[in-house]
Amino acid sequence: MSMTMERAKNLSVSALIHSLLIGVSVLCVFPLIWALSSSLKTQSTVFSDMSLIPKDPQWGNYVEAWTKGDFGLYFMNSVFYTSIVVVGVILVSSLAAYAFSRFEFPGKNFLFYLLIATMMIPIPGTIIPLYVLLVKLGLANTAIGYILPQINGGLALGIFLMKTFFDDLPKELEESARIDGCGRLRVYAYIAIPLAKPAIAVLAIFNVLNVWNEYLLAMLVLSDKGLMPLQRGLMVFQGAHITEYPLLMAGICITIAPVMLLYLALQKYIIKGITAGAVKG
Amino acid sequence: MSDREDAFLELAKKYEAETGVRVKFDLYAPSESYSQKVKAAAQTNTLPDVFGILGESRDLASFIKSGFVADLSDALAKDVTGSWRDRLFEKAFEVNQFKAGNSYGVTPGVYGIPLDMTTIQFVYNKDLFAKAGLDPEAPPRTWQDFMVAARALEEAGIQPLVSGFGEIWMLDALSSNWAMNIMGEEKFFDTYRGKVKYTDPDWVQVLSLFKEMTDEGVIVPGAVTMVNKTAEQTFANGRAAMAFNGSWCVNVYKGMNPTLNYGAFLPPQVSASRTIKIWGGAGSSFMVNNRSARKDQATAFLKWLAEADQQSFLANATNNLPANRKSLKDLSPILAQFADDIDNTTHPNVYPVHEDHRVLEAWSKGIQSILIGEKTPEQVAQEVQTAKEREMSRKK
Amino acid sequence: MNSYKVREILGNYVFIVPALALFAIFSAYPFLKVFHLAAFEFDGINPQKTFVGWDNIVDILTNNPVFWASMKNALIITVLALIIQNLLALLLALACDRDIRFGNVYRVIFYIPPVLSGIVVGLIWQWIYDGNYGLFNHLLEFLRLGHLKRAWLADGDTALFAVAVIHMWKGFGWGFIVLLAGLQSIPRELYEAAKVDGANAWHTFMNVTAPLMIPVFILVSVLTILGTMQIYDIIVSTTGGGPGYHTEVPISRMISEMTGAGRFGYACAMGVVFGVVLLIVSVVQIRVSKAMKQA
Repeated sequence: MSMTMERAKNLSVSALIHSLLIGVSVLCVFPLIWALSSSLKTQSTVFSDMSLIPKDPQWGNYVEAWTKGDFGLYFMNSVFYTSIVVVGVILVSSLAAYAFSRFEFPGKNFLFYLLIATMMIPIPGTIIPLYVLLVKLGLANTAIGYILPQINGGLALGIFLMKTFFDDLPKELEESARIDGCGRLRVYAYIAIPLAKPAIAVLAIFNVLNVWNEYLLAMLVLSDKGLMPLQRGLMVFQGAHITEYPLLMAGICITIAPVMLLYLALQKYIIKGITAGAVKG
Repeated sequence: MSDREDAFLELAKKYEAETGVRVKFDLYAPSESYSQKVKAAAQTNTLPDVFGILGESRDLASFIKSGFVADLSDALAKDVTGSWRDRLFEKAFEVNQFKAGNSYGVTPGVYGIPLDMTTIQFVYNKDLFAKAGLDPEAPPRTWQDFMVAARALEEAGIQPLVSGFGEIWMLDALSSNWAMNIMGEEKFFDTYRGKVKYTDPDWVQVLSLFKEMTDEGVIVPGAVTMVNKTAEQTFANGRAAMAFNGSWCVNVYKGMNPTLNYGAFLPPQVSASRTIKIWGGAGSSFMVNNRSARKDQATAFLKWLAEADQQSFLANATNNLPANRKSLKDLSPILAQFADDIDNTTHPNVYPVHEDHRVLEAWSKGIQSILIGEKTPEQVAQEVQTAKEREMSRKK
Repeated sequence: MNSYKVREILGNYVFIVPALALFAIFSAYPFLKVFHLAAFEFDGINPQKTFVGWDNIVDILTNNPVFWASMKNALIITVLALIIQNLLALLLALACDRDIRFGNVYRVIFYIPPVLSGIVVGLIWQWIYDGNYGLFNHLLEFLRLGHLKRAWLADGDTALFAVAVIHMWKGFGWGFIVLLAGLQSIPRELYEAAKVDGANAWHTFMNVTAPLMIPVFILVSVLTILGTMQIYDIIVSTTGGGPGYHTEVPISRMISEMTGAGRFGYACAMGVVFGVVLLIVSVVQIRVSKAMKQA
């Protein structure tokens, strides 16, 4: 192909790709813009005023949502729960996945499939027996009682993901370290984990969203206002008959912001295969 | 009930000032989550002193039989002035009451105190009626009037009717209003008992009403999967001239469109030989936890809540119908229109016999199929009868 | 066996003890309880249950056409998701994998749908699909396709697909992230080498990218199946399972039994049957993918 034809071809492919990206982006951003726009309207205009930017934006809605929904308190709680659960999931599942990937021991396969089976046989309705169990263990209405089941909830995917990743990771670095006399735990901690950043980032993103948006378990297990997460704050705006839409939208926008910011920070870890290349090359 | 948080907080303050007893309200939404929490709490014996049971009498019966709900008949009887019982609408009590020989085998008694009342009927937009050349003060009374009005509205480019028909209980409500009107309560309940078939011409006629509305384009397209909240927006924003909704809508419409000019009326009658009955009765009720150590205090609190002052306050704060007769005089004009029809109410929770949930579901979903023109009334009647027979054979 | 060997073997297990402990308490027990309750006629309130043994499960397998119709609905959406959603995610991931302008911006944008709560998703899409004022109908008119207008969520023929579209819109962001992570861990040198060998885009993809991405493809497929079969929130906020039974799915049937019909034990039995179906489908999917890997 001549140079110009090649360039033309590249340009048209590029144009096609860009239009796809932009098209999908519009579809994704649009609901967020609508939510933002609605949060600045009043209850009587939220569905009749079709303008994207209301003439009289009710910035006060955000303040009202924050105070009425007790967001200050719930926000800190959610941050607390999310951090602990995500760290817990990463720790526990990477430990287990490493073992499944690198070690041999009797019952290995059986235990592996058992642990990830919960992912394959999710049974709704387990939440009520779970609640009963927590009460029996004296963990109802406690932070621990809310945190532990959620760590457990992230294990199946976490172990599956991390094992898949570890399986594909070449063993040379680890083996040389072991020959040098490093214990398995040290090899895991100082060699395998740093190389697993992309997988850990993905796992973190998944779990942050799950815990941040969780409300069913919180509602069943927690009664003390001081323990409740952010989603509880949103409940205030949803009555049996009346939903205060602008405040609810404001509340939702407030709850979305931190997750998006965190994602922005984490997704940088899904970087080009520089680290992987260093090992595979 | 989290939309009433402010009102309840006020009441709690007032009660503490009067009696020194502190009351803590915990409100949850949405309703399904609240019901789940109450059921879970029952299983672990952590129910609060006072709680609500949303939903069917079947659930209330089960709570009672498990020993979670206190029978308040004694407390009511001991009320020497007799005013507590008399003050509240009989209808409001019925929903929480089990009479001798009830189908659930519950010891007869009164198990809850009503907080407010609701009725479920029709509302219409007076301005849109005027625009279509209809008399804004004369909503349709009979089925014929209704269809005439609908056609006039369509001519004027206005959509006649909207409702949250995606919520199948609304279809159950409306269709049973017409069913009772056409065949009378006895035959209605005999069908539930299994003595009359759903393929009976009277039942098919009920289904045909929906077919007629579909053929004439009376119902807003999309209503068949609309939740009631969306239907409420549609009516509040003047996009439909009539709506089938409950008296709680007064509060909702006020928030969405304070200038809405509307009135309430009973569903159009199909048969002239009986007055039409609508669903209604206690809106929300509170129950006393039978295992609570503070039963008496809880009962005293509920009694206080039912008094005229508190009821009027709640009625004004939340725009719901009060359960106390004496508060009626304090109602806004539109609420008064709903209140007028309280005596015409009935409700599944007070039926002498109950239909299996799966049969009711087949019925309502069958109506949805008619609304989208997928099935005929005869087909649906046959399907419902098949479902009924399946459930009856299961019980053997 | 010397003590070193014993310590080594025990050491192996130490790594998995935390996971096993959590699993035993918070997964195994509730699971077994659900299996247990599946053998009872229990309404979720009254502690006095009646033992019915296998009756619930037998009834589900033989006498509950509605449940299997809902299973079919879920399967249809799942197949659509496996093909369309993941294809889209793959294309977008490939596009963002190159050094593209605004690559980071796109990544963040594609993450928005998964983050949005069910309420917003329901409201927005109801508006888009609305029969009278919906954006989609406006668009069709604009494209001179006005004769196709309808109330998308209320029409028996289109409701299920309309819901599937919402699900795919919400779900592709996850596939995108995972696929992108997988793509980014492929060493760039391999691409350089392929270019030097004169391979075009298609060849590069088939011979370099795809083989290395197989484990990721398997992961994404399994997650898609599991996530899509359990679709529920979207249904509740848009169609409620209607019109008729057109958009009923297994989870909505279970909830209906649990709270509507008050048959908690039966709902648990449905959960068990559903779980088994999911397990079979997942295992088949993994086997098929592994077989393709050998090929």
